[in-house]
Amino acid sequence: MAVSAARVAARRVSNGAFVVFCYLVTAIALLFLAAVLWTLISKGVGGFSADTFTMDTPPAGSRGGLRNAITGSIMLCGLAMLIALVFGILAGTWLAEYAGNSRYGSAVRFINDMLLSAPSILIGLFVWYLLVANIIGHFSGIAGSVALALLAVPVIARTTEDVLRLQPTSLRESGIALGTPFWTVVRKILWRSAGSGILTGVLLAFARISGETAPLLFTALSNQFQSFDMGHEIASLPVVMFNDALSAYDDLQRLAWAAALLVSAAVLGVTIFARFMSRERKST
Amino acid sequence: MTETTLIAAAPRTGVAVRVRPRGEGFELWFEYICCAAATMLLVTLGGLLVSLLIGGLPAFTKFGFSFFVTSNWDPVQGVFGIAALMLDTVLVAVLALLMAVPIAFGVAFFLVELCPPLLRRPIGTAVELLAGIPSIVFGMWGLFVFGPLFAQYIESPLMNAAPPGSIWDTLTSGVPNGTGILSASIIVAMMVLPFIAATLRELLLTVPAQVRESAYGLGATTGEVVMKVTLPYVRRGAIGAVMLGLGRALGETMAVTFIIGNSHNFPKSLFDAGATIASTIANEFAEATSPMHTAALLASGFILFVITFAVLAMARMMLGQAREG
Repeated sequence: MAVSAARVAARRVSNGAFVVFCYLVTAIALLFLAAVLWTLISKGVGGFSADTFTMDTPPAGSRGGLRNAITGSIMLCGLAMLIALVFGILAGTWLAEYAGNSRYGSAVRFINDMLLSAPSILIGLFVWYLLVANIIGHFSGIAGSVALALLAVPVIARTTEDVLRLQPTSLRESGIALGTPFWTVVRKILWRSAGSGILTGVLLAFARISGETAPLLFTALSNQFQSFDMGHEIASLPVVMFNDALSAYDDLQRLAWAAALLVSAAVLGVTIFARFMSRERKST
Repeated sequence: MTETTLIAAAPRTGVAVRVRPRGEGFELWFEYICCAAATMLLVTLGGLLVSLLIGGLPAFTKFGFSFFVTSNWDPVQGVFGIAALMLDTVLVAVLALLMAVPIAFGVAFFLVELCPPLLRRPIGTAVELLAGIPSIVFGMWGLFVFGPLFAQYIESPLMNAAPPGSIWDTLTSGVPNGTGILSASIIVAMMVLPFIAATLRELLLTVPAQVRESAYGLGATTGEVVMKVTLPYVRRGAIGAVMLGLGRALGETMAVTFIIGNSHNFPKSLFDAGATIASTIANEFAEATSPMHTAALLASGFILFVITFAVLAMARMMLGQAREG
């Protein structure tokens, strides 16, 4: 069959269109990122001053900063990560080392995948119902931390399982051959060799929860003043952003942009660092 | 540590005695503790379901079927119906997917087939960063930066160009203020596209090199290789990736809350204000006026949970089969 010139031309054109389309949409996606980052920097930097770190969130029209929100966010995320680390690593270890192909194992794996993408606001509702409405009885930092922890656990469990599965079986066998109890093999050999991978998961989980707003709205609520009492309402950067950005006052909106820059810088910095870590792991 | 105990213990006794390694008794306990932590995940999901159901029960029993088919949302009168909320939730998510899917697929094809190797990592990381930006920042950007531009350069020209009485005119009626259902779905599209792109990219990388290379060897163009060989090879997984994006779009909260305009009526056009289930909960829950208001919000949360769970479960099944097959 002779090659028709028209057919060749048509294929060349359709391929050209495909390639141009791919370049174009990638450019659009990168443009989105650039636009959001540019807004964050241009609007966020103007909101910073010495007051930002030394004064609490103000009512409209007076001087103020973000001190209470910054310390609140650090405490909420810190406690959440502490809870999530324990549960996430243990659950991931169970899935990788003990569950095998059992039916219960696949059920838990499935549930973990569901929780990984479940709307965060529903996690907030659950924690509100459980802790705020019933067990504790009022809004509190602890409830906020639990909500954030429930968002972080699936991420950590998933990465822990994945990384542990990548460890060679010979590593487990050599440990057992020395007469080491298996749980010591897990702790002293597997966790150590999988350490940087687990750390990547932990960092990604931290990046995920540090910008979360929805689950904090009705668990930790907010607080105008500096507070270290996790048993009561506590301020956080995302909730301050939510309240101030939607207010009608210029100075509060400026403060919200400063908070947005602060949170985004932390999240993106941690994400890049986590990527860097996982690259190191792959190259060695 | 245990090895040294063994060696040290043997000569002292003189005979070969099996010394129990330290910590052996804890062996089973460790497994139980790990299993308990894994069970915690199960309990979370179950607790989520049960607490939303119990909390929402007063609303379900009081309004019955009308809760799902009316759109009257009046906290003052204590009357609640979520028909418009459900419609907006699905509408925003589907519109967002319509925009996000072509872009996400293009990005994934670009990263796998076209990108120069040197740029592959930076561009891949940049797309991931887009996924990392907090939802609320997208909301602020959408309301203060994107919205005004969108109103000026897209909404107004579209409205002015519409022939009176046509479907176009109906779809673009309303106030061109940059907020509303279409704006919200564009922002949500931006937020879900990195997830779809990243999942699809992982899938495309699982296509065996021989399959791709033999297609190229037969003289296929890049476009033909992608559309006729690699994409069909991962089609189940690709559908799963889109469903995963849909699941995310349905539950997207903060960005939507900022830009959708918060109106509980049925939307009359694409520019009209609306409210999704998630945005309503975010806006009203902390200041719910009556126990019935709280119950109605919990009940709508239960509905959102059922919808997203169904979508995500389907996505997971398709991705899982793609992984095994």
